[in-house]
Amino acid sequence: MRAFTTLTGVAAPMPAANIDTDKIIPARFLKSISRAGFGKHLFANARFNEDGSENPDFVLNQEPYRKAEILIAYENFGCGSSREHAPWALLDFGIRCVIAPDFADIFNNNCFKNGVLPVRLPREVCEQLIEDAKLGGNARITVDLERQVVIRPNGEEHHFPVDALRKHLMLNGLDDIGQTLQHAAQIDDYEAKQKASQPWLVQA
Amino acid sequence: MPKTLFDKIWDAHVVDTLPDGTALLYIDLHLTHEVTTPQAFDGLRAAGRRIRRPDATLGVIDHNIATDASRYTGIEDPESALQVATLEKNAVEFGMPLIPLLDERQGIVHVIGPELGRSLPGMTIVCGDSHTSTHGAMGALAFGIGTSEVEHVLATQTLLQKPAKNMRVQVDGNLAFGCSGKDIVLAVIGMIGTAGGTGHVIEYAGDAIRALDMAGRMTVCNMTIEGGARAGMVAPDQTTFDYIARTPGAPKGANWDSALAWWKSLPSDQGAVFDKVVTLAANEIAPQVTWGTSPEDVLPITGIIPNPADTEDETRRAQLQRMVDYMGLTPGQRLQDLSVDVVFIGSCTNSRIEDIRAAAAIAKGRRVADHVRAMVVPGSGLVKLQAEKEGLDRILLEAGFEWREPGCSMCLGMNPDKLKPGQRSASTSNRNFEGRQGPGGRTHLLSPAMAAAAALAGHLADVRDYQPQEALS
Repeated sequence: MRAFTTLTGVAAPMPAANIDTDKIIPARFLKSISRAGFGKHLFANARFNEDGSENPDFVLNQEPYRKAEILIAYENFGCGSSREHAPWALLDFGIRCVIAPDFADIFNNNCFKNGVLPVRLPREVCEQLIEDAKLGGNARITVDLERQVVIRPNGEEHHFPVDALRKHLMLNGLDDIGQTLQHAAQIDDYEAKQKASQPWLVQA
Repeated sequence: MPKTLFDKIWDAHVVDTLPDGTALLYIDLHLTHEVTTPQAFDGLRAAGRRIRRPDATLGVIDHNIATDASRYTGIEDPESALQVATLEKNAVEFGMPLIPLLDERQGIVHVIGPELGRSLPGMTIVCGDSHTSTHGAMGALAFGIGTSEVEHVLATQTLLQKPAKNMRVQVDGNLAFGCSGKDIVLAVIGMIGTAGGTGHVIEYAGDAIRALDMAGRMTVCNMTIEGGARAGMVAPDQTTFDYIARTPGAPKGANWDSALAWWKSLPSDQGAVFDKVVTLAANEIAPQVTWGTSPEDVLPITGIIPNPADTEDETRRAQLQRMVDYMGLTPGQRLQDLSVDVVFIGSCTNSRIEDIRAAAAIAKGRRVADHVRAMVVPGSGLVKLQAEKEGLDRILLEAGFEWREPGCSMCLGMNPDKLKPGQRSASTSNRNFEGRQGPGGRTHLLSPAMAAAAALAGHLADVRDYQPQEALS
């Protein structure tokens, strides 16, 4: 996983609640067996017309948002399907941070596994950031994970919460399987006890 | 301290606790399917890792497969074919048990787990699929995970998790005539909203939940994710134990006795504290239908399309307008006046034998409207066989429904079963998101009996006007 430390970039405004993972990447694009290449299908139903041409009204088809690295949205971002293809598609497009009042749980987890930072800020701050984002390339937003702050173009800082373990893994780009395998002895013990007390859980 | 059902299962599965409170949680059953696993197996391969507990892992193919006879001659779409072949290859390479594509046990992952007796009370169950919440109906802690977590469970049989909060949804009294588990869960989501359960595990309680059969409980737990909670649960009781006893995977002999003792200890203790409690009166729930593009936008079938102009909040107003436009509706229109093109009875929400019986009871001796394409897609090969044994396929075919092969089908638009742009469906599935059943498709979620009634009427209809003329044996 690529480490996430600080990011300063163009933010795309998507002022809507309940942006679900079917919107982020429709199921018909989930057939790839690779993690790469989903960016071209990001928000496919909104971004492209039926004939495959770009929908000029969609924000990511407009300058400077084609190069957006941050998305600003409203409540319950990433709801619906558990598909990790959603953060893969965001990342492949170039988006490394989503700012919203809250996120659906599974999407939130999936982001942290892929170096995409979900930042929770109150609705009124998100509304301000949407206004900033509408100014385009002249209004870059900074996200500093170490200090846990989002910095508006006018210099105003907003602190955001983040889980300590996740912050550590993300700042250092660490794979958590390696971390878990340090507990292999405890897992062995647990399995031995369970096999004795609940033998029906072990299939012959 | 009194504990909830969730607390008890959680505590029994904590292998270790990290300094920041994150638990290393043991996973008893890992279900897998073709869509969310290829990248996880690639990760294992790259790191030289194996599956830690192949016996606690079970794969099945459900999302990509066609539900007509073409499944017997191979998968037409090359990308779908590759994804399925990849799961088959990975199963061999990593020693993972996989139900073969043409096996009679093949079906939707959330139908086969309980049906085969693999999903049991007190277990932790995960799958790379958000509707894993279904298995909570067994009295298990079951939730969906992403592909990186799939890889983590394959390699370690554990997950790093922060404990969820406890939420209880209490449904008191008796369910009214014409209503089912689907109507309960749609009403709950309408009440709490699509983020109402975020960060929580929901335990469903109350007389109306106790009175549901296992299929009804699975429907309720299945759609819990649509209310934002990763897991829904129902405490195991005699209904649960009787169901398990009929499955091939039920513990045998002395194992049954010790399993039963553990299962009976699981229900939440008297006085256990819930962080959030929501109460509904079952007899106030009428047959439900969604009208918008989020499961929370739901109304009784007697309802009318809301007018966005009546909403003060600007963002919400814009959202309502977008939904009205996308769904091709007019404010003030009666739900029952909406003509449907397609009726889909199936999906991990409603494709069990009880669901098919409910649809057949309404369809018996009647005819599907001429302009409607109506499909019934059983959730598994075993459900299909049982339905055919009961003659339900005949009843449905005679009424003009298609009787298809098991799979996810038209729930999600990634196999040949899709809506065409602008088509309106009455669907027993779980998501009415824009484009979910195919780009431009318009989805109304409802129960199997309500879907059958819509097929007969040719428009959304009140199942209470379509009760069975004679009871099915």
